[in-house]
Amino acid sequence: MTLPLLVFGWGNRSRGDDALGPLCVERLRAELAPREDIEFLDDYQLMVEHVLDLHGRRRVLFVDASLGCAPPFETLALRAAADGSISSHSLSPQALLQVYRELHDEDAPPCTLLAIRGMRFELGESPSASALAHLDAALHWARGWLSMPQVLRRA
Amino acid sequence: MTASLETAAQPQGLRRVAIDPVSRVEGHGKVTILLDAQNRVQQVRLHIVEFRGFEKFIEGRPYWEVPVMVQRLCGICPVSHHLASSKALDHVVGAMPVTPSALKIRRLMHYGQVMQSHALHYFHLSSPDLLFGFDSDVNRRNIVGVAAAHPDIAKKGVLLRKFGQEVIRATAGKRVHGTGSVPGGMNKHVSAADREMLLRDVQQMTDWAADAVDIAKTLHALNPVLYDHFGSFRSNMLSLVRADGALDLYDGVIRARDADGNMLFDGASDQGYLDLIEEEVKPWTYMKFPFLKSLGREHGWYRVGPLARLQNCDFIPSPRAEAQRREFADWGKGRTQHATLAYHWARMIEVLHCMEVIAALLDDPDILAGELMASGPRRHSGVGVIEAPRGTLIHHYEVGDDDLVTRCNLIVSTTHNNQAMNEAVRSVAREYLDGHELTEGLLNHIEVAIRAYDPCLSCATHALGKMPLEVALVGADGRLLDRVEKSSEGGFVHRLEAGA
Repeated sequence: MTLPLLVFGWGNRSRGDDALGPLCVERLRAELAPREDIEFLDDYQLMVEHVLDLHGRRRVLFVDASLGCAPPFETLALRAAADGSISSHSLSPQALLQVYRELHDEDAPPCTLLAIRGMRFELGESPSASALAHLDAALHWARGWLSMPQVLRRA
Repeated sequence: MTASLETAAQPQGLRRVAIDPVSRVEGHGKVTILLDAQNRVQQVRLHIVEFRGFEKFIEGRPYWEVPVMVQRLCGICPVSHHLASSKALDHVVGAMPVTPSALKIRRLMHYGQVMQSHALHYFHLSSPDLLFGFDSDVNRRNIVGVAAAHPDIAKKGVLLRKFGQEVIRATAGKRVHGTGSVPGGMNKHVSAADREMLLRDVQQMTDWAADAVDIAKTLHALNPVLYDHFGSFRSNMLSLVRADGALDLYDGVIRARDADGNMLFDGASDQGYLDLIEEEVKPWTYMKFPFLKSLGREHGWYRVGPLARLQNCDFIPSPRAEAQRREFADWGKGRTQHATLAYHWARMIEVLHCMEVIAALLDDPDILAGELMASGPRRHSGVGVIEAPRGTLIHHYEVGDDDLVTRCNLIVSTTHNNQAMNEAVRSVAREYLDGHELTEGLLNHIEVAIRAYDPCLSCATHALGKMPLEVALVGADGRLLDRVEKSSEGGFVHRLEAGA
């Protein structure tokens, strides 16, 4: 059965602050385990097949480390965009939503991006202290988001 | 097979073009091209920014952690590292051989991994170039463009990839960071429920894989001049084969052929790879250049991956893929095919073979029950060689009495293909760029040649805001003449500098 809410984070846990996405998912998964309306997923990268994980959801929260956002984090209501960002074996969340639209002939469910500011991404490094502080702030926001009436109830 | 265009005779006074990094290639790659005043290509080099600390990352760790740990080195082919390290450490724990159940479950995992990796590469990374043209509208030349123009192809690609990942989950335990394979065997069987779930789709996926071969074959037939000659150069080929000469992606002996298909050596044990292969260091790049010791540095470099595997083996041990291999061989009229774009055709034949193997293994009761672990006399070293999606992958470990890894050596597929990718880039630069004004489309020809090898540099992070592309044209006096930028979101800005 597809659960109505999806929290999906990506990044490599062995590359310093790149771990912020999976760490955020891990913490939320542990804290919110009793809730039966949320599925938690994490992966190395956002890939095109993740379009299948969006189908049938009410809301989706994406979580990733970001070099470009203002600290400690930024949020963005995502819109599909043919931005051509599949510049590696990954693509942007906006492009993923565009692929969803092309494949399903309809828009993806409402998706929100939680971009957490990271600074260091070297192999073998642990997340930096400042990145972990950003994670704490982002978690506080995510808990609130997952409790919002419009997230909890069907529109 | 001399390396012409590797080093310009007189590099002073030449213009330098850098493509940095190469897009749709995992990790970071940079191409530098030196042009003279008439835009004639004088020097071409592919620089791969390979992380040099893999081995140090492993050394000092308990050996039993390694098969899980190495998956964190690479987000693209973690299963290949998981299995190659397990195979190497099987020797350390004396599990030679592993049990039939462990072997079959590992094979199932590996063929699922190769299938899904090839599907991603062909349908989503290379098909934009192949379906729309190398110099078509850059804003359309991506997976979104493919999904809009060919939704059936895009959907098949997504679902094939998803199926392969479900195979991995069913065998490795998780979609990410699986723990299924361990030194000495496996720690779980495939569940009956997962087997049933996979069996429901296996015929459909096999038929789609056959469709993918037809697409690749048709593209060759429609434009044989392009497909047979683009980025073509002669090389040796190296891969594992089964002892009887069959294609085998999981295990076997090492075989190498020369550019005419003559056997250089065959039946070599993977444990003795250091007797066969040596790595050369060049001053202009951090990535090493492996070569066959018997032929030496100049003539001993080789290609690995689908093109090498399909032409090194004597047959494919599954009927539909074998029929396609014969057609592939017939296309070359009995000669070894060296065309870079033939990698795609060979890759799709491997997808079909993988699906046939997966179907057969799902019908095998040994994946549901039976002994999972083996053991024997403890040893201090082991080598694991596997045919990863991109080619031969070697893991070599030495382990002390305290169970800690004291030495680790990895040779990844992309390193084996280092010289070959450089040759492909030079071939394309010579044919398409020489004497012409540079455009995005022309530069994409270079990238198309590199992408055919599906290099995985495994050193990338993918945080938002990374992975830009910058092409800089530098004059003979070192002054920046022109610059093109491509953002991580795919935006493309051409900034012609004053005075250019």
